[in-house]
Amino acid sequence: MKRAVLGGALALVLAVGLYAGLSRMHATWQGVDEAVVERYAAAAGRPARPPLLDPGQGDLLLFLFLIAGTAGGFVAGYFFRALFPPKGGPGAASR
Amino acid sequence: MTKRAILAVALLGVGALPGTAYAMHIAEGILPASWAGLWYAAAVPFVAWGLHDLRVRTERTPLFKPMVGLVGAAVFVISCMPIPVPTAGTSSHPCGTGLAAILIGPALTVVVASVALLLQALFLAHGGLTTLGANIVSMGVVGGLTGYGVFRAARWLRLPVGVAAFMAGLLADWATYAATSFELASALHGGGSIGRMFAAIAVAFLPTQLPLGILEGVVTAGVYRFIQSRRPSLLECLGAEERDPA
Repeated sequence: MKRAVLGGALALVLAVGLYAGLSRMHATWQGVDEAVVERYAAAAGRPARPPLLDPGQGDLLLFLFLIAGTAGGFVAGYFFRALFPPKGGPGAASR
Repeated sequence: MTKRAILAVALLGVGALPGTAYAMHIAEGILPASWAGLWYAAAVPFVAWGLHDLRVRTERTPLFKPMVGLVGAAVFVISCMPIPVPTAGTSSHPCGTGLAAILIGPALTVVVASVALLLQALFLAHGGLTTLGANIVSMGVVGGLTGYGVFRAARWLRLPVGVAAFMAGLLADWATYAATSFELASALHGGGSIGRMFAAIAVAFLPTQLPLGILEGVVTAGVYRFIQSRRPSLLECLGAEERDPA
């Protein structure tokens, strides 16, 4: 538990530091799909088309991401704990 | 269990992204129909090989399905997670197929990459349905086979497992972007030289992908060592230990 708290605190400090550093840089952080793939495709006369299914915009999308992220986290946790039971737990003997 | 695995992949991917992802995926409409069809035709035998492998190995090993589900979820999230690269001022993503290949083998890597790419194309405007075949070939087939081949070769040369996993992750990432460059160059070179356009695109990827490949190598080595220390029997179950007697 103590290690988990320390790990979480370290990750938080790193994330905040990283964010602070990156946000001060004068970069666009454009993805390579735009910066490379779509640039060369457009130059060759094959610009990207809009996706067949538009994922939508706005707070509704954010809400769906939140719900899906929460559910996905639980499902991933289920698989993880099935495969890597806690040390000393019931499944640990069969490791 | 398979349904749960697919659900995990879908939900994790959707939940991981608060917006459009930035990646090597070739977007909808970029490839002419003939080239898109060709890459689909190239991908199909590998997907069939992977599905056959999944059926055979699932019958043999009960733990296999949850592991494939977890690896699939990891590949999904990793391959649509935009990471800013300060040296280039751009963002890109690792692929996760090197890690998948050394854990579940190259055939199943094609399957999990295909599921991930299909869901990304359908729900995240990431890649495209017409370019799905090309993206499966670059990320699943080339990335998976490179990662697996490099790992096996490095172990055959008696390199430490951490080094082998690092090289597998690194070179699988770079090979994926090289394959994407080739797919674009072969379809879009027009009257110019394929080689010249391939070189131009590959060089354009370099500033972003060079450091990101190293990051992917470090993550691959870390995950493999974690499993080896935490639950070595799992690697045996997956056949990784058979392939990795040292």
